[in-house]
Amino acid sequence: MSWLRRVATVALVSLLALALLWLALRLAGLDATRALAALWDGSFGNGYALTSATLVRATPLILTGLAVAIAFRAGVWNIGAEGQLLVGAATAAAVGLLATPLLGAFAAAAALAAGALAGAAWAWIAAYLRNRFGVLEVISTIMLNFVALYAVGYLVRGPLQEPMHIYPQSVPLPEPARLPRMIEGSRLHWGFALALLAAPAAWWVLRYTAAGFRVRAVGQNPSAARVAGMVDVRRTTMRVFLASGALAGLAGAIELTGVTFALYENVSPGYGYTAIAVALLAGLDPLGVLATGVFFGALEAGALAMQREAAVPSVVVNVVEALLVLLILAAARWRGGSAALARLAGGASGSAGGNGAAGPTATERAGGGAAGSTGAALGGPVSAASAEAAG
Amino acid sequence: MGGAEEFVAAAVRTGTPLALAALGETVVERAGVINIGLEGIILAGAFGGLLASASGSATGFAGAALAGVAVAALFALFAVTMRADQIITGVAVNLLVVGLTGTLYRGIYGATGAALTITTTGTLPIPLLSRIPLLGPALFDQAPPTYLVYCVAPLLAWWLYRTLPGLAHRAVGERPDAARAAGASPARVRWGAILVGGAMGGIAGGMLVLSQAGTFAEGMSAGRGFIAIAIVALGRWHPFGVLAAALLFGAASALQFLFQAMGWTLPYQLFLALPYVLTLLALAGLAGRRAAAPAALGQP
Repeated sequence: MSWLRRVATVALVSLLALALLWLALRLAGLDATRALAALWDGSFGNGYALTSATLVRATPLILTGLAVAIAFRAGVWNIGAEGQLLVGAATAAAVGLLATPLLGAFAAAAALAAGALAGAAWAWIAAYLRNRFGVLEVISTIMLNFVALYAVGYLVRGPLQEPMHIYPQSVPLPEPARLPRMIEGSRLHWGFALALLAAPAAWWVLRYTAAGFRVRAVGQNPSAARVAGMVDVRRTTMRVFLASGALAGLAGAIELTGVTFALYENVSPGYGYTAIAVALLAGLDPLGVLATGVFFGALEAGALAMQREAAVPSVVVNVVEALLVLLILAAARWRGGSAALARLAGGASGSAGGNGAAGPTATERAGGGAAGSTGAALGGPVSAASAEAAG
Repeated sequence: MGGAEEFVAAAVRTGTPLALAALGETVVERAGVINIGLEGIILAGAFGGLLASASGSATGFAGAALAGVAVAALFALFAVTMRADQIITGVAVNLLVVGLTGTLYRGIYGATGAALTITTTGTLPIPLLSRIPLLGPALFDQAPPTYLVYCVAPLLAWWLYRTLPGLAHRAVGERPDAARAAGASPARVRWGAILVGGAMGGIAGGMLVLSQAGTFAEGMSAGRGFIAIAIVALGRWHPFGVLAAALLFGAASALQFLFQAMGWTLPYQLFLALPYVLTLLALAGLAGRRAAAPAALGQP
């Protein structure tokens, strides 16, 4: 039932966002109807658009969306999917370029595995800093995104630069290191199949395994999980970080071996950030991520068609995505929604029934508890302000 | 100017917009709110500055501040009034501003975004001070808003640590419940902090257009909002620390110009990444005292 309601909410919100887009384009004096027609044609309009544009775009969005969703489910605010993706892509490029003669037919698989491992390793830094020193992962993952970006910038001007040393990019991967096409004559590669498998796998793990239970327990109430004695919060946090980083790293490796073939700085147009919107729209449900990932992939693919055929700047799609997120936040605030959504919108976390429209007092109590646990995690005493207030 | 003077001047020039945005974010984070939307605020400020610059750079800066405040108000509406998650709201705000400014820019100035230049404010040398060797020209022969930054940091430090409203402000960032019990309104404090942070971030964006580039480019904030958030952490949430950290980040990016001028081939990306690594180490307490974030940071 709550599942149905969420689908209805997302559908309604999407229609509303598209209607707003149509209105805005009209007001700007553009041919709004033609633009929306181009949006449709470029995304779902025909088989080629669907497979070669929408699903190709959707693949990294689904994988990074999953990375964000499982992290947020555990209360791990990993906004470093972008950096983990970049590190995964760079590692896959290095493996594909340097080790293909050794690995032969296994080069592509090795590149993917190495990319996932590298993404996990990158996420491990933030996890270690949080567990050992209480560093807020919101801040550390942003830092790590930039370090990753500059590392890629260095690689494509240094060790991995093409031999002419003119362009800041690597040479394209040799054939064995590339992912094979899923459908002949289209751009769709087997990486999409991996994304297609990863979503139900993540859903199953979260829902039916002990590990998944621990993730949800830690996410809903870390103090309770700790006190109950059955969950090692730190270890769970660490594992979630690693899994999240591996998924994002895999997304980068797939993008490199399936789409771009060469490494360069702008290999990701912000997939790791869009992923947050993808995960939120799905209510942090892995199966939902599959749907919202394809939806966002369609939006971005359609936006390019809209620019080509109706001269509407493709960046307008960012406005639509932002509106979707804000409308979803508002809707969750307005009338409950699923427990996860309610929690995201700042509602009380305890009620599994999903009554997000809890009164302000309950909300504050939940917020206070969470603040307390963060303070404890930071290891810091209640700092100067409160001390002075007391004195 | 010699190479060293040029380097210090470049460090200050790139560091001051960062400092202004980061000082604004310090106000916000001290109230327990982390505004990832700062990136969008800076971009909106740059665009607002461009739109309003037709009748002089003073109105340009007013427009930049206004644009920043407008974006900040949207953030506050969701993050404070609706108690939505701050990170998600911030990400949405960034997406929104990138899309809006990009679309409007192409809509107003043509599909190609043809090179559009406005006259920059130029520098305003302070008598005597600007003639101090080495540091004088770097610190006191800069665009007028630079001097605003010099004033804001001590003022903010005084206000936060030496006045009653400043104490209430910090209390909201540490223990909102306790602050409420003591008679402060966390929601009002946070709204105020976010709007002030928006104005400062907007002016920082305006500086990019009005004092430096003389033109607007899509996405020209280029991560400065995130850099400012790093600066706040490296500066340990204290105005003077933040000012120093901003200059360090400015120096790191000025190094690349120095390298180019000197013809060195060292990979400057390493120096660009260095401040972020330093920030991580500082947060972990490995580079000096542990940085203490406001206890309620990020809690709705």
